[in-house]
Amino acid sequence: MMLRLVVVLLFCASAVFAVRPDEVLDDPALEARARELSKELRCLVCRNESIDESNADLARDLRLLLRERLVAGDSDEAAIAFIVDRYGEYVLLRPTTGGSNWLLWAAGPMMLLLAGGIGLRYLRKRADATNPQEDSLTEEEQERLRRILDE
Amino acid sequence: MITELGHFALILSFMVAIVQMVVPLVGAHKRWPGWMALADPAATVQFILTAFSFGALTWAFVTSDFSLKLVVENSHSAKPMLYKITGTWGNHEGSMLLWVLIVTLFGAMASWFGGGLPPTLKARVLGVQAAIAVAFFAFILFTSNPFLRLAVPPFDGQDLNPLLQDPGLAFHPPFLYLGYVGLSMAFSFAVAALIEGRVDAAWGRWVRPWTLAAWIFLTIGISLGSWWAYYELGWGGFWFWDPVENASFMPWLLATALLHSAIVVEKRESLKSWTILLAILAFGFSLIGTFIVRSGLLTSVHAFANDPERGAFILMILVIFTGGALTLFAMRAGALEAKGVFGIVSRESALVANNVVLAVACFVVFIGTMWPMVAEMFFDRKLSVGPPFFNLAFTPFMVLLGIILPVGAMLPWKRGRLARAMRPLRGAFILALALATLVWAMQTGRSALGPVGVFLGCWMVFGALVDLWSRTGRKGDRLGRLGRLPRADWGKAFAHAGLGVTMFAIAGLTAWEEEDIRVATIGQPFKVGAFTLTLQDVVQDTGPNYLSTTGIVSLQRNDRVIAELQPEKRQYPVARMPTTEAAIDYRFLRDVYVVLGDPQEGEGWIMRTYIKPFANWIWGGCLLMALGGALSLSDRRFRVAAGARRIAANEVPAE
Repeated sequence: MMLRLVVVLLFCASAVFAVRPDEVLDDPALEARARELSKELRCLVCRNESIDESNADLARDLRLLLRERLVAGDSDEAAIAFIVDRYGEYVLLRPTTGGSNWLLWAAGPMMLLLAGGIGLRYLRKRADATNPQEDSLTEEEQERLRRILDE
Repeated sequence: MITELGHFALILSFMVAIVQMVVPLVGAHKRWPGWMALADPAATVQFILTAFSFGALTWAFVTSDFSLKLVVENSHSAKPMLYKITGTWGNHEGSMLLWVLIVTLFGAMASWFGGGLPPTLKARVLGVQAAIAVAFFAFILFTSNPFLRLAVPPFDGQDLNPLLQDPGLAFHPPFLYLGYVGLSMAFSFAVAALIEGRVDAAWGRWVRPWTLAAWIFLTIGISLGSWWAYYELGWGGFWFWDPVENASFMPWLLATALLHSAIVVEKRESLKSWTILLAILAFGFSLIGTFIVRSGLLTSVHAFANDPERGAFILMILVIFTGGALTLFAMRAGALEAKGVFGIVSRESALVANNVVLAVACFVVFIGTMWPMVAEMFFDRKLSVGPPFFNLAFTPFMVLLGIILPVGAMLPWKRGRLARAMRPLRGAFILALALATLVWAMQTGRSALGPVGVFLGCWMVFGALVDLWSRTGRKGDRLGRLGRLPRADWGKAFAHAGLGVTMFAIAGLTAWEEEDIRVATIGQPFKVGAFTLTLQDVVQDTGPNYLSTTGIVSLQRNDRVIAELQPEKRQYPVARMPTTEAAIDYRFLRDVYVVLGDPQEGEGWIMRTYIKPFANWIWGGCLLMALGGALSLSDRRFRVAAGARRIAANEVPAE
């Protein structure tokens, strides 16, 4: 269901646009960096929406803040760190790999290894199984088979 | 009066479901034919009663009966008729009624078309299906009754959320529910087989059409929702990795896996316990999805139903059904032994690989969706997991799937040679690689996403064609034979090619999209990519239940007007909500997507223009997949088999 979007629009419906023309930086390279970075930052009053997509005023403030930092000469990492310092890691849409988060990032590859291993073991077993038990019929079926053969 | 009858029918249906849950299961255990046979009329009656109840609710919406609390909260007399009808399920209570209606519909269909099933299995399947219905009837009647009256009916209603007043979203929930609930059929078959203690090729053949049907509906439902997001939300996003979207995506991934593993059960009598487990998990994830949407656990704010009591109830249903089934599975899985023997390189192995990749991909989505909660509960960290994570962690699995798919689809059963299966695919591989290189050379300084998408898409589409062609034999009338191939072969080719098309389109759209944001002055043309746009005029207008501001934009290419676009902003006064209606010039190779924003001081309006290459192909690919599923479902094999089973059931020798 797309109902989150309903909520998003309820919250963020005041303006219609995310990035507004008056926010756009004159330097296209800098603007492109700002756009990429704002896709990774969360609008705090919306649900699971980046500040790049959001129409909320807070998202606009964050976009302006981010651009201010970039214009001031911050690197991408420094600009992000600046915002994380003020708003907490909750603003990061891509969680860091630090602390317990390694589990989140490693979960997929680990599971693939595990599942692949189990799958391979199963396949090995099937390949080595020499005695196909094609005759394992239930008694009922053997009875029916006998009747058919008798006819 | 009709409302009361509907309410009454719902309660009655609840009673019938309880009977259907108990009597046939006892009958199957004791081998009492009469008790088992009760399941059939009960399933039909249950469905008719629920359908009547749903009809009564729809009637209340159609006639705008404002003595009903639900109608007041979700409808308005000025609303167009289509949305009065679809408003029935545009809210929590009504959508739950639709949900349980579909549960009973599937139960009734299993009774109508299950003539060939062994009587005990059928009784058990219908019994389990009724148990699911009982849980949801109780949920509706005790926590979310749609038939509650108001003592003092107001003069008019509060209107349906305007975003839901849209054809794409109006039909999104029914399809999604048909998919979710369709998986309950696979679940019922799995639990019945566990009780029975027997899974064989026939079981695989019976469970497959139900899974296939559920999968088709789920595919359509998800793509409708994504299409709606694309044209309605005003920035052309089509997938957001939102918990609620993930909730529908996880069952889809598992249903896809189940679809493939059931083939192995049917053809080779292997992978039985895994298939059973998948069937349980797929429906389990449907329930988790319902839980996520209704409980508000993962969503601090939610427009639908954010009620702890309801959440607890659904959690209970989830625990009882999934937990119970898994316990049963743990007890009985040992008895399900595999029979088929096959080599490491074989179709069986390829399908195992398919299942591994899909299940792990589903796991990644699951852990990403749940992680914020886990981190808060156990590590005391408040964090977000958003699209950047999913794009990074999920995409590799889809790339892997795309690479192995064409090869796996051509491997022979039992034992194959990789080199031999690859040989006919050489052409497809080289062509796909060449096209990807060409694209790589043509685009400068952009991401690798585009070429990778081109390669995967071509590889899968050409691979599907090669696969189809290889089925026609070596010489003679190959074209004629192509036409006479079983529909399942065509279905497979369509579905696999469709996945390729969708993958290509997503990569292409993401890599090559162009965007322009500006203040547009009326009459002043501006260029975006190869197009020239002019905002000609902005007019105010009134719709049936909204006010609109419409921009008239002319779209030119090479000094020739190719379209006039009318992006709109709407204000729904009753619901007090604005919406944007983007204007889209749909073309085969690209969409031009225009959105009108707020007026600016001085002369001008904010305008946003996107050029979205291959946007339609995303849903075109989904449609191909669904079509492939439908072709496969209509295959003669299922119908012939149905006839053969009937003979067997009557104990008449088949000769």
